[in-house]
Amino acid sequence: MNKEIVIKTDKLTKKFGDFIAANEVTFEVYKGEIFGFLGANGAGKTTAMKMLIGISKPSYGNANIAGFDVYKQTEQIKKNIGYMSQKFSLYEDLTVRENVQLFGGIYGLSDKEIESKSGELINKLGMQQEADKLVSSLPLGWKQKLSFSIAIFHSPKIVFLDEPTGGVDPVTRRQFWDMIYEAAHNGITVFVTTHYMDEAEYCDRVSIMVDGVIKALDSPKKLKEQHNAKSMDEVFLMLARGAKRGE
Amino acid sequence: MKAIELKNIVKTYSTKKETITAVDEVSFSVDEGEIFGLIGPDGAGKTSVFRILTTLLLADSGKANVLGFDVVNNFKEIRDIIGYMPGRFSLYQDLTVEENLEFFATIFNTTIEENYNLIADIYKQLEPFKTRRAGKLSGGMKQKLALSCALIHKPKILFLDEPTTGVDPVSRKELWEMLKRLKSQGITILVSTPYMDEAKQCDRIALMQKGKILQIDTPQNVVNEFGKNLYAVHSENMFPLLIDLREYPQTESCFAFGDKHHLTLKDETFDISELEKHLIARGHSNLTLKKIEPEIEDCFMQLMKAHPSEGVLRTTLPKGKGFKKLKTS
Repeated sequence: MNKEIVIKTDKLTKKFGDFIAANEVTFEVYKGEIFGFLGANGAGKTTAMKMLIGISKPSYGNANIAGFDVYKQTEQIKKNIGYMSQKFSLYEDLTVRENVQLFGGIYGLSDKEIESKSGELINKLGMQQEADKLVSSLPLGWKQKLSFSIAIFHSPKIVFLDEPTGGVDPVTRRQFWDMIYEAAHNGITVFVTTHYMDEAEYCDRVSIMVDGVIKALDSPKKLKEQHNAKSMDEVFLMLARGAKRGE
Repeated sequence: MKAIELKNIVKTYSTKKETITAVDEVSFSVDEGEIFGLIGPDGAGKTSVFRILTTLLLADSGKANVLGFDVVNNFKEIRDIIGYMPGRFSLYQDLTVEENLEFFATIFNTTIEENYNLIADIYKQLEPFKTRRAGKLSGGMKQKLALSCALIHKPKILFLDEPTTGVDPVSRKELWEMLKRLKSQGITILVSTPYMDEAKQCDRIALMQKGKILQIDTPQNVVNEFGKNLYAVHSENMFPLLIDLREYPQTESCFAFGDKHHLTLKDETFDISELEKHLIARGHSNLTLKKIEPEIEDCFMQLMKAHPSEGVLRTTLPKGKGFKKLKTS
């Protein structure tokens, strides 16, 4: 396995007053890896993720994302990553094609690149018929697939996915994971949060955060062995049941 | 008497351009004391059904009643005897935890003390924060407060619209334990969820997709009616395995299911050891292949196929990227 490190954190910490939302979080993520970032509501996942994508300044500790420092090089970080969340995905009152063009432009692709790559993207998604329809008219699953394609449109080194499959039907959910696998296969590192424990099994490695601390980090297989559990759901319940704080 | 009864309920929403049928001839009934689950993804029509039954939305056509009261003519009676927790947090953000609860108790002509035993389990966890404004609570706490407010007048029927969406597995488990306790106190519960694994917690379920009910039964009967042999396949390299299985000529369907792939075959009499040999020849190691009982999610996906709706089964998986190509990378 290629062990090139693309995310490295060292005691990354975020305090809000006396409250330590993320407490000395230390881990590494490798190139092309699908890394599952799990935790109970309120465990500190969002706080940690915001620091990683360069929109929240750590209280102390270090992190390097795609070769850039989270204190000094946040603009470079933003150019080298993709991000999608369940809530904000796309501009609903723009068409599919317009959304692709807009984000292509934002990420600094040339008109020529946008022209050729947007056609490619739309064909690949099988959305030729929908290309000039408003995004608001698409079913949720399609929006999420489009949103993911756009998040990796500028070929980022890392893509951050915040609960990308919530509420999506079971078939589309699996198609979405096909896309994740493919992106990882093409060398894009995937950093993903989810509440579906079957999806945790699809990750190369998984971390489980409890009360601001990373309680476990390993491959799903090893985590199950270590905790003598049949599924990741059991592992999660064992580790997170003891959580002291709510969201 | 049925706790809930719907007959041919239709609800459409129109924009300038198009009309969307959110609920399409939906009929089902819920017995008293039952936990009945509406299971389906976003856009299935679950929330519209909830809003029609809680008298907040008028159906285009069809009939519905709650404990014998008609949702149109007897809406006031219905509102007195039901508790409703919408999918979106809708308590007063500027009132404190205690004020919200007191407000709901008061409008239903009761007091917190009178029905405290019903909410004690949940509210105990909230009491340390009772002077905090609801808007300042965490997601999990908001959910507990909303449930307390929906229960404080001791409703006969509880309507919970996606109470576990976006909630972590620990809190989801706690909520279902809570619902079982409420059921044991005689409360009928209609609950919706997009998480298929929660279906087995219900006495009966209706599987819904795009406004239509695909099947209504007990979770066990839904599983029993799957009607095909289902195999779980596992090997060292799961993604190449998925592609190889999908490209195998005998494969009818193959989907990832956690640490296994679930497979059905076109021909039930096919000798499965042939497939095993094929996969070993393709280079898969530590291969296991065994027959298993389906889960609700398998059944749902099979039903989706039987009721194809636009685009759902369009696949995005690249063709021809078999094991060899992936292995060399």
